[in-house]
Amino acid sequence: MARVFLPLVLVAMALFAAAPLVVANAPPEQTMGLVQKIFYYHVPSAMLMFVSAFVCGIASAVFLFRRSAAADRVALAAGELVVLFGAIVLVTGPLWARKAWGVWWEWDARLTSSLLLWMIFLAYLLVRRFGGPGSEKLAGAMALFGMANVPFVYVSVNYWRTLHPKTSVVMTLAPGMRAAFWFCVAAFAALYVLLLTLRKRLEDRQAEVEQLYLAAED
Amino acid sequence: MKRLLPLIVLCALLPGALTLAQAPAGPPSTQGDFVPVNQLPAQTEQLPAAPLLMGAYAFVWVALLVYVWSLWRRMTKLEHELADLRRRLQKL
Repeated sequence: MARVFLPLVLVAMALFAAAPLVVANAPPEQTMGLVQKIFYYHVPSAMLMFVSAFVCGIASAVFLFRRSAAADRVALAAGELVVLFGAIVLVTGPLWARKAWGVWWEWDARLTSSLLLWMIFLAYLLVRRFGGPGSEKLAGAMALFGMANVPFVYVSVNYWRTLHPKTSVVMTLAPGMRAAFWFCVAAFAALYVLLLTLRKRLEDRQAEVEQLYLAAED
Repeated sequence: MKRLLPLIVLCALLPGALTLAQAPAGPPSTQGDFVPVNQLPAQTEQLPAAPLLMGAYAFVWVALLVYVWSLWRRMTKLEHELADLRRRLQKL
């Protein structure tokens, strides 16, 4: 793992440092103009929020049914990253909407369901932090329902009337925009793997400390 | 209990899978797709885009840096606690 970690740090930093330059060189959009460039950070963050919700949900299922402490630590790390990337989505989206739609927020299906997804995982972290002994099982069940919510959030723009662009927008990007977009996705994905690894390592250390406290008491 | 795991994960994912399966068939809608241009359109509105764009990018960078800093702080605290515990255990 240590052999992979340093190259991962370097790749993530290089990609993330270059991302603003790549975005600056991408062509502007006809009707929205400059503000459309928020798309290059907003959508990869949303993708990673979804990915992290799946990682948290699947790891929680493994923890609940196989009693795997390692899976629980992965779930907690991923749950925290859902909240981090969700916060980025929920802040950058309204900044884009203010210019593109004329309002900061619209209570439509996509925005409301994204907020709900974020709140489920915020509640997951609060239960983990303040729920006391045994709360990890309750939190694990919450993570499963949070994960089940993801497909609804994704397809909501195709089913309900909304100002939000549809899911087809990513697949129909013009070549200049497409390259910049997938570059940003790669940068965010590398950063996500790095942060998940670091956060999991922190939980491993915490478990080690708890083991030593038990040993000291004995 | 272990045998139930795939079933329960399947049940949790089934509603979403069904929703995805029922997605409208045919070519994707082009309504709302982005149209690239060589130059920025003339600004006729009063609300400037640059502060919103800069605000969004600044928030992303600040949020990520604060998170990395919080990870580093928590890790440092744990390392100290771990070293202290090991010392105490060696004395016992």
